[in-house]
Amino acid sequence: MLRKIALWIDERLYVSKLYASTAGHKVPANAESWFYVFGSGTLLCFIIQVVTGTCLAFVYVPSASQAYTSLEYLNYQQSLGWLLRAIHNWGSNFMVGIMILHLTQVFLFGAFKYPREMTWISGVVLLLCTLGMAFTGQVLRFDQDAYWGLGIGASMMGRVPLIGPNLVHLMLAGPIIAGETLSRFFTLHVFIIPGTIIALVSLHLRLVLTKGINEYPVPGHLVEKETYAEEYETLIKKEGVPFFPKAISKDLIFSGLVTLGILGCALYFGPEGPHGAPDPTQINTVPKPDFFFLWLYAVLALLPDYLETILILTVPVIAIGLLFALPFISGTGEKSARRRPVAVLSVIIIFLTLGTFNYLGTYAPWSPQMGAWSSDATPVKYVKGRSPLELQGALVFQSKQCRNCHSLDGSGGQRGPALDGVATRLTADQLVRQVIQGGGNMPAYGKNLSPAEVTALVAFMQTLHGPNESPARDTTAPESSGEKEKQTASVER
Amino acid sequence: MAIKEPEVKSIVVKEGELQKPARAGRSRRAFLFKFGAALNVVAASLMGVPVIGFVLSSFRSKGPHESWIELGPLASFPEGQTRLATYRNPYTRPWDGATADIPCWVRRTEGEKFQIFAINCTHLGCPVRWFQDSHLFMCPCHGGAFYEDGSHASGPPPRGLYEYQYKVEGGQLLVKGGLLPTLSEPL
Repeated sequence: MLRKIALWIDERLYVSKLYASTAGHKVPANAESWFYVFGSGTLLCFIIQVVTGTCLAFVYVPSASQAYTSLEYLNYQQSLGWLLRAIHNWGSNFMVGIMILHLTQVFLFGAFKYPREMTWISGVVLLLCTLGMAFTGQVLRFDQDAYWGLGIGASMMGRVPLIGPNLVHLMLAGPIIAGETLSRFFTLHVFIIPGTIIALVSLHLRLVLTKGINEYPVPGHLVEKETYAEEYETLIKKEGVPFFPKAISKDLIFSGLVTLGILGCALYFGPEGPHGAPDPTQINTVPKPDFFFLWLYAVLALLPDYLETILILTVPVIAIGLLFALPFISGTGEKSARRRPVAVLSVIIIFLTLGTFNYLGTYAPWSPQMGAWSSDATPVKYVKGRSPLELQGALVFQSKQCRNCHSLDGSGGQRGPALDGVATRLTADQLVRQVIQGGGNMPAYGKNLSPAEVTALVAFMQTLHGPNESPARDTTAPESSGEKEKQTASVER
Repeated sequence: MAIKEPEVKSIVVKEGELQKPARAGRSRRAFLFKFGAALNVVAASLMGVPVIGFVLSSFRSKGPHESWIELGPLASFPEGQTRLATYRNPYTRPWDGATADIPCWVRRTEGEKFQIFAINCTHLGCPVRWFQDSHLFMCPCHGGAFYEDGSHASGPPPRGLYEYQYKVEGGQLLVKGGLLPTLSEPL
């Protein structure tokens, strides 16, 4: 009886035929590897994002005046709202992370080569869509960072020649960041980009079915357009296994771990933000992008200014262009990473570069510490036993915000050099010149300091050296610098 | 023979009968297909014009985005000082909330001479802060710094601070605001 019902259903819905052509399709036995789990992991993250995102949309209000309040409501009043926000946030972190692993694996295993060029290209577009989701999602968390992040995006767009202003207005939905800007990003984040992702994932998966999963590469086994299709067919016939239920086990284990990982992180770390209210008049803020854009934040701080506009406009085009062109540049030949040193080196260099920039982005040594001048104490060892003039100089050092860029004893800004041993590097005359004229990324203080303040400040800095080090002195003045310092100090006094 | 002839005839007739309606059907179908396709192209274009026009409305040149807004009485800006002021975005919508309050730095050099700087750093738009003691504007993002007259002091910004147009009317300071300044569209 049950069998009859099952057969009736199958005859009407073609379940078994659907199974044979999708989940049951044969994959090379050697593709049953731990390296092949990242694609399904990314898809799982996307599904989690769709489910949790839909739930959040039940409550979230995409209005500039109320988005922030609705996020606070989700955090503190809506039952389990905090957890869903946390899952959605960690889901996006996991999605970008696993997608990058997937991309790296596909690159190192030569899976982008003939005949899977379109699988790779659709994947590149999916990568761009996912990064687009990460940026627009950060805007929907409508707080101070989102507000000023939009300003940063607009400022980058504004560097495009000719159509720059139009692009800025297109992005912001007007001449300035306002209510319509948020509506625009909501539409992108909730309708346009997810819709594109669903369509592209369908294409991506269809190509996986029609062009097959890449076999585990064997060093020395070259891809040739004339023979590859036949070889792959023989391989599948000889040692192909159905994806379900044979090859799926490792994907299942990885997916389970990913879900638990997202849930665990969400429970432990809780939701992200919203930080300060998106009120532009609250200017005491230090806008910072989310983790995945920290490298960009670092690059933009460290580029020399004359290169900046050119690089902002060309590098993304070249980098994305290279990704698209890859299967046509190197479409055949060796697949194994063991015989592709350039590929392996590229991966190492790219990861090291992005990792270093991201690490720098976490503590941003290029940003002045806006509160250091009023909140960081002058170290006791630098004021103990000092003359009144030198103490006056220590006060000038604090009150003129020098500390915002220069650290003493490890506290203060890192924009300029630490000044703990500055007396051993610069003579009194050089210090005066540097303070008054600036240079090397330091503003000139000539107009803002009285001669008396400069004298006191330099006297203070002349004391900044180690216990057994003597201050730098002019080679044309061969007397003991300690003596000279005391003399000048007493003369000034 | 007597049997065959009508057979041949009937075949000929059959062919003619078959061909005629078939040819007519094909041309009719072809016409309907072409007409249908053309109709859809026309309809889709007519529908598409407002849709694309709506999305890309920023590319159509509209009038100026800025207008004159009061910043406050002159007395609230002492001579020789730089103060934070706020104006309400002239093209505000009811759901803009706090985002319609735009801050700017007002420096009164002397008498009725002012400099009104946009809050946005010329590097990437972060809010610059004024430090009265060192007479510097500092940016918290990438370390740009500007002198009190808005000129570039150090760091990555490619130019000095953006300056708003202003005028004094009836003891009030007015600013021409409403635009997020960028390098290609400064104030």
